[in-house]
Amino acid sequence: MAAAPDKSRRPRKPADSMDRDELLKAYSTMLLIRRFEEKAGQLYGMGLIAGFCHLYIGQEAVVVGMQHCTGDGDEVITSYRDHGHMLAAGMDPKGVMAELTGRSGGYSKGKGGSMHMFSKEKGFFGGHGIVGAQVSLGTGLGFSNWYRGNDRVSLTYFGEGAANQGQVYESFNLSNLMKLPVVYIIENNRYAMGTSVERASASRDLSLNGVPWGMPSMAVDGMDVLAVKAAGEEAVAHCRAGKGPFLLEMKTYRYRGHSMSDPAKYRTREEVQKMRAEHDSLDHAKARLIELGMDEAALKKIDDGVKARVQEAADFAQSSPEPEPGELYTDVLVEG
Amino acid sequence: MVDILMPALSPTMTEGKLAKWLKQPGDEIKSGDVIAEIETDKATMEVEAVDEGKLEEILVPEGTEGVAVNTVIARMGGENAPAAQPDPPAPAPAPATPATPAAVHKTVTEIPEAGWGETRPMTVREALREAMALEMRADGDVFLMGEEVAQYQGAYKISQGMLDEFGPKRVIDTPITEHGFTGMAVGAAMNGLKPIVEFMTFNFAMQAVDQIINSAAKTLYMSGGQMGAQIVFRGPNGAAARVGAQHSQCYASWYAHCPGLKVVAPWSAADAKGLLRAAIRDPNPVIFLENEILYGHSFECPVSEDFVLPLGKAKVEREGTDVTIIAFSIMVDVAMKAADALAELGVSAEVINLRTIRPLDIETIATSVKKTSRVVSVEEGWPFAGIGAEMIAVVVEHCFDWLDAPPARVAGIDVPMPYAANLEKLALPQPEWVVEAVKKFF
Repeated sequence: MAAAPDKSRRPRKPADSMDRDELLKAYSTMLLIRRFEEKAGQLYGMGLIAGFCHLYIGQEAVVVGMQHCTGDGDEVITSYRDHGHMLAAGMDPKGVMAELTGRSGGYSKGKGGSMHMFSKEKGFFGGHGIVGAQVSLGTGLGFSNWYRGNDRVSLTYFGEGAANQGQVYESFNLSNLMKLPVVYIIENNRYAMGTSVERASASRDLSLNGVPWGMPSMAVDGMDVLAVKAAGEEAVAHCRAGKGPFLLEMKTYRYRGHSMSDPAKYRTREEVQKMRAEHDSLDHAKARLIELGMDEAALKKIDDGVKARVQEAADFAQSSPEPEPGELYTDVLVEG
Repeated sequence: MVDILMPALSPTMTEGKLAKWLKQPGDEIKSGDVIAEIETDKATMEVEAVDEGKLEEILVPEGTEGVAVNTVIARMGGENAPAAQPDPPAPAPAPATPATPAAVHKTVTEIPEAGWGETRPMTVREALREAMALEMRADGDVFLMGEEVAQYQGAYKISQGMLDEFGPKRVIDTPITEHGFTGMAVGAAMNGLKPIVEFMTFNFAMQAVDQIINSAAKTLYMSGGQMGAQIVFRGPNGAAARVGAQHSQCYASWYAHCPGLKVVAPWSAADAKGLLRAAIRDPNPVIFLENEILYGHSFECPVSEDFVLPLGKAKVEREGTDVTIIAFSIMVDVAMKAADALAELGVSAEVINLRTIRPLDIETIATSVKKTSRVVSVEEGWPFAGIGAEMIAVVVEHCFDWLDAPPARVAGIDVPMPYAANLEKLALPQPEWVVEAVKKFF
């Protein structure tokens, strides 16, 4: 009864998934994420950001393409590599950066850090530091939509490393059993910390990992924001129609280390360079924009605008005061 | 003739209702035939014949309530029974369960819940069900999920009838997948729903402890107060009877250790009803530790639809002047019995039922200890880093100058729970242990 996903399934042609204006918007957001992360890396090097800091550079097309398939009221939840998801959800770069520096102006008043930020207003449910935990939580976000009988969808992101966690499959079972509106998005960037997917997963095609539950799925070029949007639209429509969850495997790549302290011995410099040179999501989007008639000068202007926003965020993150000592004791329990 | 005995159908069953006879005198019975239906406070179960022969006589008519385990309920002619079995074993004979003597089983406390008017006898099981039903009627965001809570009517019958009243969207059977469904419930709570998660026992919640601690308890703090989880995790905790090491463990100190959680452990029906309602309404994650043996116990409980108890407030169950005994959950039974025994020795014991373990009601403890100058803590869990250790630390911090003797603690023995009846009894605190601890004060 659990039909294998139709591997011949193709969403509408990627090139058609966004018009010029929409692609320009997507490009701006991707650029914002890239510049933001570069700046975060820089601030980390200066000792202004500490602890764990997992950069999203390379994977921008995934979250931006998916965000273009959803709207107000849809939920997003992800792992600790979460800065891109927050920016794509429309959260203020100033508040995100100030959280990274542990300041009172951060989204969690400095008490969460890189891995633990939330915005109820923007439908962003974290920011979770335990690999795989967000998959069950994201299933619960879908559950709440099912319970309320609305047509909202939970976008639940996790890496290919988390795809080996038991609770992921407990969640697949639950969501398929109950037909919950959850789009599961595996961001397969090939390396779980230092372990390649080949060394960690007996499954050679992660898009098939939902087959036992009859979950439809697609493997997607996660370096192409247009392809992501095209696939995401189909997945989201499936969920909104009450047909249950959908699995997307985004084939992507992270350019930077797992976190800031990464000896990078598990892959070659050439491998990284080749991806950057040949498959970069920003280059791809930019080329398409030029094809659609954008001129370089206009794109440069966007770049300048993004840089200014990121600088503003970095300045805010350094000038915002540290939390008051009294904050130590607040928000443990809801009082009253 | 072969006696057919009232069988024990679960580890804690001491009596049941003979609901229905499916065979009548004169019927030929084959081994494996269903001869009767027995209803316990947990479930209705069929009794299968072990022996073969003709049913001669029914001694306990159908509809009889409170039939003790091992009572002869019918007799069978032995003509067709194999000659090699002159002394047939009782079907599923009830082992003596020293940890739960039948006398404990129908405790009716004489202390009504002051200020709430009329009371009636109610089992802890009924009280829990009523608390959930009342809250679910009042708030559409509250729902119950867990293994066997819906169609099966609850593994311990706590949710009996709730599927009928609230439907499958609000009383949800889950697969056996604690980690996954707990995470799902926490996610739903983060999005504003108010789940009640029933663990068939808290032993199984170990599979889900990451979601309880890392997701439910910490999100409010990690989000700077933006997003929390209004959720109740409930189910039987601690030792039942004869279920061995993996199913007999008290988790009070495990959860009480963690900021971001409230931990509640009711004893009486009033506790169960009043505290569970408060737990469901509380905007924080609440661990609600029930006790399987107490489910069938009956207590006077306020009937008022408005009855609710505050979290974080202990109750003096019995007033005394010479020693304070602090206990929670089923250990309040032990403390009350010890207080009776001590009274005969001329010692007046005050018994505090903690009700909530975190936040701990330090004021009630300190007021009592300042009056009695002696204190003993009683818990079923292990002593090392247990709740007793915390209570004694609190007493020493707040009442040191009032103490006439070093505080004492009574706790479960520091071993995994054994199966053998005699060993299990040796592992669990008994009233005499408390009496002995108190005697040393004088």
